[in-house]
Amino acid sequence: MQKTIILTSIIVLVLLISAKLFQKEEVYNLKLERLKQQYAIKEVSSIDHSKLPELQREFENPQDVTEACIGCHTERHKEIMASSHWNWERVSYVEGRGVSAIGKKNVINNFCIGAQTNEQLCAKCHIGFGMTNDHFDFNNARNVDCMVCHDNSENYHKGSAMAGYPDRTVNLTQVAQHVGTPGKSNCGSCHYFGGGGNNVKHGDLEAALANADRDMDVHMASNGLDMSCVACHTAENHQILGKLYSVSSNDIQRATCEQCHTSTPHFDDLLNRHFAKVSCQACHIPIYAKANPTKMAWKWSEAGKLKNGQPYTEGDHAGHADYMSIKGSFVWEDSVVPEYIWFNGTADHYLLGDTINEIPVQINKLYGNHDDHNSKIIPVKIHRGDQIYDKKYNTLIQPKLFGLEKGDSAFWQDMDWNKAAQAGMNRIGLPYSGEYAFVETEMYWPVNHMVSPKEQTVGCAECHTRENGRLQNLAGFYLPGRDASKPLDLAGFILFFGSLFGVILHGSIRFFSSIKNKEYETKIIDYDTDKHKL
Amino acid sequence: MDLKRVYIYKGFERFWHWTQATLIIFLAFTGFEVHGLFTIFGFEHAVYFHRVASWMLIVLIIFAIFWHVVTGEWRQYLPTTKKLKEQIRYYAVGMFKGEKHPTHKTEVSKLNPLQRVVYLGFKLVLVPVTVISGILYMFHKTINENDLVVVSDIPLASIAFWHTLGAYLLMAFLVVHVYMTTTGHTPTSNIQAMLTGYEDLDEDDEQPEQAVKKAKEKSPVV
Repeated sequence: MQKTIILTSIIVLVLLISAKLFQKEEVYNLKLERLKQQYAIKEVSSIDHSKLPELQREFENPQDVTEACIGCHTERHKEIMASSHWNWERVSYVEGRGVSAIGKKNVINNFCIGAQTNEQLCAKCHIGFGMTNDHFDFNNARNVDCMVCHDNSENYHKGSAMAGYPDRTVNLTQVAQHVGTPGKSNCGSCHYFGGGGNNVKHGDLEAALANADRDMDVHMASNGLDMSCVACHTAENHQILGKLYSVSSNDIQRATCEQCHTSTPHFDDLLNRHFAKVSCQACHIPIYAKANPTKMAWKWSEAGKLKNGQPYTEGDHAGHADYMSIKGSFVWEDSVVPEYIWFNGTADHYLLGDTINEIPVQINKLYGNHDDHNSKIIPVKIHRGDQIYDKKYNTLIQPKLFGLEKGDSAFWQDMDWNKAAQAGMNRIGLPYSGEYAFVETEMYWPVNHMVSPKEQTVGCAECHTRENGRLQNLAGFYLPGRDASKPLDLAGFILFFGSLFGVILHGSIRFFSSIKNKEYETKIIDYDTDKHKL
Repeated sequence: MDLKRVYIYKGFERFWHWTQATLIIFLAFTGFEVHGLFTIFGFEHAVYFHRVASWMLIVLIIFAIFWHVVTGEWRQYLPTTKKLKEQIRYYAVGMFKGEKHPTHKTEVSKLNPLQRVVYLGFKLVLVPVTVISGILYMFHKTINENDLVVVSDIPLASIAFWHTLGAYLLMAFLVVHVYMTTTGHTPTSNIQAMLTGYEDLDEDDEQPEQAVKKAKEKSPVV
């Protein structure tokens, strides 16, 4: 009877475990299905702009199109002119700096360094017309470029080095008649190509997303939900949710996964609990730059080499140069495993004029640590490189890179760092000593896109492991499976194996002493007697 | 002295003992896997199994406490210094000389003085430390209804320290405990007793019936 009870309990335990082990049954996730349903329905516009009488005309210049837009959408330009897409800055609070306007106007990046003095070229990604220098009139509504975001004809594109004006081949009438909600290609025309080429900057935002499969991005997959950027980056009065800490500083207006998926997206409580300290991206974006490579390093210090007196381009990493005389050397990588850091949603930036106080210079610094309640582990692309700096004043230099012709002091024309530094710093009103060198720099790019299907999610043991886990270098907390108290483990081993050794020793002494004491003498088999029995 | 066959371990006692043993061993395997010492089930499964088994153990412990209180069996663990030295001396020296056990195992006094102290420590210190640290571990960083993090003031490192310490001590206990079962009349007589409930015991000087009667008067409920 008692044996049966014991046996039954053991068997039940074993069964329970094996049942779970071999369980392959998928539970239908209604939460997800509801979302899928919601986003599968594509909105149909209630208005066809090609039928509007106001747009049945030839447009001389793009500003006329803007005026036509404002003719009906009478107040929208005000919303736009209050946005960071237009102003290239946000008023932000940064600890140690106070409240200041921070944006493309005064931060630099680790790629083409900065837009100042290079507006003619860089303004290709400004939602305005005619930003040729620092005298752009931010109060002139006629210069708002509605089409770059709202063109649905796929025919609009900005000209190269045209200060934000459209290419001369664009048929403005056709574009004006085919406007609507921004699609992937509208956002992508700038956000895919930052840094001078496809996927150079972000690593997780690139042209391949236009025709992504589910493996590349579950949300944007053409053969899946085919969600557009603005499905998540929703907007109210042109204030678009989402920001990237290459230029942003404050934890406001972020686009988040939980705006759809809630803070308890898993069935498993243990997984949901990770939400407190681990971002969704950390597990759900196992790799980025899945289709095309991204720039991981950029050494400006190597720029300027000439062959036969001429600048040249060298190397070929999947169609990308490893060296360009005008830019320096690059490291390209694809299918990159992100690095991980603590991040609380606030960041600081190297602002032009700041004194260098650490090397590598942190072009942007993402704040956060384990003990901060708002901090989570996020995946980042860390872009490493070096940049020109002023040896005497110990500041980074904003060089003038782009120029339309030689003799303009632009580095890309004259290949003279001294002139380029002088011209750049002059323009932004900062001193330049005439002595330059190069200093190592780092820039942090949170990885938020290219979310993988759940089958490809980062597994538990990729972090919860003693050796070479993804979070190997992330300090300040106890990670089960990775961390252990070494003295305790040593003591535990000594205790366990000591006990084992002790009982074996004790048992052996017992055994031999019992033989010596002849405790078993009565049990000695009498072979002669036994033989008779047999 | 003659040997007498005595029904010494009750049904629940045996069920409790073996289930607890199974669970603790299973928890050790899964727990030390989570700790990163080896890989058997894979981290994810190990965590899940450890969690399920830990709840089973907690439920079992609650039943066991109830049983000990209700039956008065808790008195078995009251520590005594009487013959404690002799008992230690017996295990350290006497046993090798072929001496007899200094104490007698009876229905009302199943445990020798050394066992009493060790088991009391097991029940009052070792198991509580491991279970309480385990529960804290389990609820560490859980989110409540208001999306606030629960149990975050105690660092996980110290919770894990106590839990792991408990686990190592339990494992050492297991080794010694299993070995000590071989010190009965025959190497397997103690284990057989825990399986069947019956054990051949020395007849005490005191009449067993009287002893049982005495014990019954002492305990609140039987």
